[in-house]
Amino acid sequence: MAKQEQEVRIGFYVCHCGTNIAAMVDCPEVAQFVGTLPGVVLSKDYKYMCSDPGQELIQQDIREHRLNRVVVASCSPLLHEPTFRSATEKGGLNQFYFHMVNIREHDSWVHTDRAEATSKAKALAQAAVHRVAHHKPLETKRVSINPTTLVVGAGIAGIHAAMTIANSGKKVILVEREPTIGGHMAKFDKTFPTLDCAACILTPKMSDVGSHENIQVLSYSEVTKVDGFVGNYTVTVKRKPRYIDEEACIGCQDCIPACVFKQPKFADEFNEGLGKRRPVYIPFPQATPQIVAIDPNTCLNFKKGEDGGRVVSDKCKKTCVEACGDKNAIDFTQVERIEEYEVGSVIVATGFQTFDARRAPAYGYGRFPNVYTSLEIERLVNASGPTGGHVVMRDGKSEPRSVGIIHCVGSRDKKTNVWCSRVCCMYSMKLAHLLKEHTGAEIYNFYIDVRTPGKGYEEFYNKLLDEGVHFIRGRVGEVTDWAMTPDEEGKLVIRVEDTLAGYVRRIPVDMVVLATGLEPQQDAQDVRRMFNMSCGSEGFFLERHPKLAPVNTFNDGIYIAGACQGPKDIPDTVAQAGAAAAEVLALIDKGFVEQEPNTAFILEDECSGCKSCIPLCPYTAILFDEGKGRAYINEALCKGCGTCVGSCPSGSIVQNLFDDEEIFSEIEGVLAYE
Amino acid sequence: MSKPKVAFYWCASCGGCEETVVDLAEDILGVVEKVDICLWPVAMDFKYKDIEAMADKSIVATLLNGAIRTSEQEELAVLLRRKSQYLIAYGACAQLGGIPALANQFPREQILRFNYEECPALDNPGKVRPQVSLQDNGRNPHLPEFRNVVRTLDQVVDVDYYIPGCPPTPALTRAAFDALLSGNLPPKGSVIAPDVALCDECDRKATKPTNVAFTEFVRPHQKLADPELCFLAQGMVCMGPATRSGCGAACTSGNMPCTGCFGPTSRVRDQGAKILSSLCANIEAKDEAGINETLRGIPDPVGTFYRYGLAKSLLRRRVDLNMTGGGH
Repeated sequence: MAKQEQEVRIGFYVCHCGTNIAAMVDCPEVAQFVGTLPGVVLSKDYKYMCSDPGQELIQQDIREHRLNRVVVASCSPLLHEPTFRSATEKGGLNQFYFHMVNIREHDSWVHTDRAEATSKAKALAQAAVHRVAHHKPLETKRVSINPTTLVVGAGIAGIHAAMTIANSGKKVILVEREPTIGGHMAKFDKTFPTLDCAACILTPKMSDVGSHENIQVLSYSEVTKVDGFVGNYTVTVKRKPRYIDEEACIGCQDCIPACVFKQPKFADEFNEGLGKRRPVYIPFPQATPQIVAIDPNTCLNFKKGEDGGRVVSDKCKKTCVEACGDKNAIDFTQVERIEEYEVGSVIVATGFQTFDARRAPAYGYGRFPNVYTSLEIERLVNASGPTGGHVVMRDGKSEPRSVGIIHCVGSRDKKTNVWCSRVCCMYSMKLAHLLKEHTGAEIYNFYIDVRTPGKGYEEFYNKLLDEGVHFIRGRVGEVTDWAMTPDEEGKLVIRVEDTLAGYVRRIPVDMVVLATGLEPQQDAQDVRRMFNMSCGSEGFFLERHPKLAPVNTFNDGIYIAGACQGPKDIPDTVAQAGAAAAEVLALIDKGFVEQEPNTAFILEDECSGCKSCIPLCPYTAILFDEGKGRAYINEALCKGCGTCVGSCPSGSIVQNLFDDEEIFSEIEGVLAYE
Repeated sequence: MSKPKVAFYWCASCGGCEETVVDLAEDILGVVEKVDICLWPVAMDFKYKDIEAMADKSIVATLLNGAIRTSEQEELAVLLRRKSQYLIAYGACAQLGGIPALANQFPREQILRFNYEECPALDNPGKVRPQVSLQDNGRNPHLPEFRNVVRTLDQVVDVDYYIPGCPPTPALTRAAFDALLSGNLPPKGSVIAPDVALCDECDRKATKPTNVAFTEFVRPHQKLADPELCFLAQGMVCMGPATRSGCGAACTSGNMPCTGCFGPTSRVRDQGAKILSSLCANIEAKDEAGINETLRGIPDPVGTFYRYGLAKSLLRRRVDLNMTGGGH
């Protein structure tokens, strides 16, 4: 490496970012101050450093003033570090002679005192100027991209993304934790606002996925571990036992009626518990894959094991096995299998869960049988649902003559979830329409605001008004069975302040539907950690940029699509899934990624071989050379997290861009500012 | 031509470093053959005025051991710096502060109060404390002032080289003399010892598991240590991974874990922080209660991780202690 003796000549630029920075930071003053620091040859403020003239300014100054270091104080490096590094490189310098100071997100946007904010900008700039003097020239390295993609979650988002990628000729591994793909959409009856039958548009796509030569569906499986980095991930998948040999099962379903349980007896999850199934079952007729599953918790051939799990008891007559005959697809000895897959990129499309209506106890879900969640109604009005589309109440016979639909249950509520779930207004109106169509009942919608921001959505609302569906503006106080008048006897009474009429009303109905909101999956935090993503405060996965990188995450090669990123309807979900697929295809087509050279390396002569670092590496990038008695880092696996660097007891691990000289001089720089 | 002059001096120290010079045994004759020892209070009688009378830089090298606690030590350090071509911090106390620097955890007043008033073994009914100056029947005896904090030698004067250890080994001492006399000197500021951590020369290195995953820590008196197994694998804090080698792994060969007297390698600014970072990251428990339970085996973290290095570390001292001043 060339000697660092060469005189350091720093060019410093402070960006106004229009008024984003300049309104709170006195940019000319910062430039004037930095100009007085040792090593700084020129110091300028400029309205938009990221603009073409701004970048041109850097390049010109490098040439004219023989700059060999560049510092820009502007926005977050996430946004424009690549821009300025590239400008530095075009100016003829190694791009890592550039350093960026964030005086927008870290300063002007978060402070209210202009003098203090200006001081902070100066201190941060001084730190950068101290640091950049120690920068060394570095080279990025290219890593090839494995063209196989993992899609996690096979709801409509995962299905669409998988199909898009597979249709381009690339391999996809689609993992779904339920026995069938399809997700929430498979449970819906119709879709708003067009009233297309959900199954009619989804199930063909499902079977296409199931039979696609480029898609490997791993149903009833979960991702448990992710190692590696963009382009080269190793994913561990847990295959849960369904006690059916997936190769041998032909989907004839002869085993189901042959079960020793003559009648279906157990709550059917797919039908939200409104129907019954046997221990051997298929979630719904068009399930993909067309393979049955055996539920060990209800099957008589299993008993409680010593560790609380289920073990084979062999106590059942196994009439199902008889029915299966020489196909021999039923295998009670199946155990959980762990499989590993190599993929280059990942699309996380793990969806949402609906708000648990019991958390809003005033609405009586679980107490009053005829209070339903919206998802239950989806099944109830569905022709392939537990009642064949016949809307009857929980007694199994009476039809509702009047229905109240309560919006925003678990949405826009400071006590539970504060966000708007975006789809409830529309699906509530869809259900209102369907319930009216099926039963002719009077339908009341109780809403805070009707939100219809989508193509054809407002028109759908108007249509509902024309159909005579009632809309009452007001958040419902409670649902009660306490009758105050003979009219209310035997009814559920919805108490609400009608804020348009200006008084409190009591509306007796036969059936109450709670429009439950969308929230992150129970295990979203585990998934987030596994894929090294971030979450917003509400728990949905965080996109890299809300506007400009909506399906990217902060982890390269990991993309998000659908409601795991935030509540959204089917069109938006599909659009996002397509966008995520496009990002993946762009990555695969490029064939390689440039890796930030911020990797760590071990000083071979100085390492004492104490092995302290080895178990700490989250990427298992550190190995031990028994011959030399020294540890070494596999640079291709190193992500530059710095864990080993901090922990090396003899200081024998160095991280590019973050060596001790750079970090300590940066600290000294910020502390030296009075 | 007269032989080059060499001086030995001691400040806040225990005398162990002097022992090492004595431990050179017959090799000392070889040293004396080549140099004149012009100052060595532990063995020969000298007066301050003798040193003051010497010409500046007339001593080739002064090996000064002990930390700097009193005004007298500071004065002598400054004086010897002026008289010497090379000033060498000899031993852990001069280099890093050593055991005396553990006092930097306590205010001066607390130390004096304990030692002259509260110590159970004390017979001092008048609670008399040492005075800097006293009028006594026309005499005016002086005592050095007791400073606020213990400092390393290089926190007081410019230091050329460091010879580490508590005490330094005779081998290192001999090597340093050889370097001095041959003029084959390393760059200024060097520690004259290898720059690799102790594990490198420890016989137990191969027995260290890749993942020690500490479930408990025990101290040497609580457990009979396996004579061959890595101490860390036995749950004993061994400072070896964070400590410079060069001692010949004397302690670990004697079935005692390393306590860190050779200080950190040149690449580390804070030996205690480094070993803490490494040990704590390797604790098996990942929840706070479990971690706390494991750490109960280390009742005195400063005394364990900063036994020799407190004055020189980033912690250095209690934040409310001024670096200098007597506090009168």
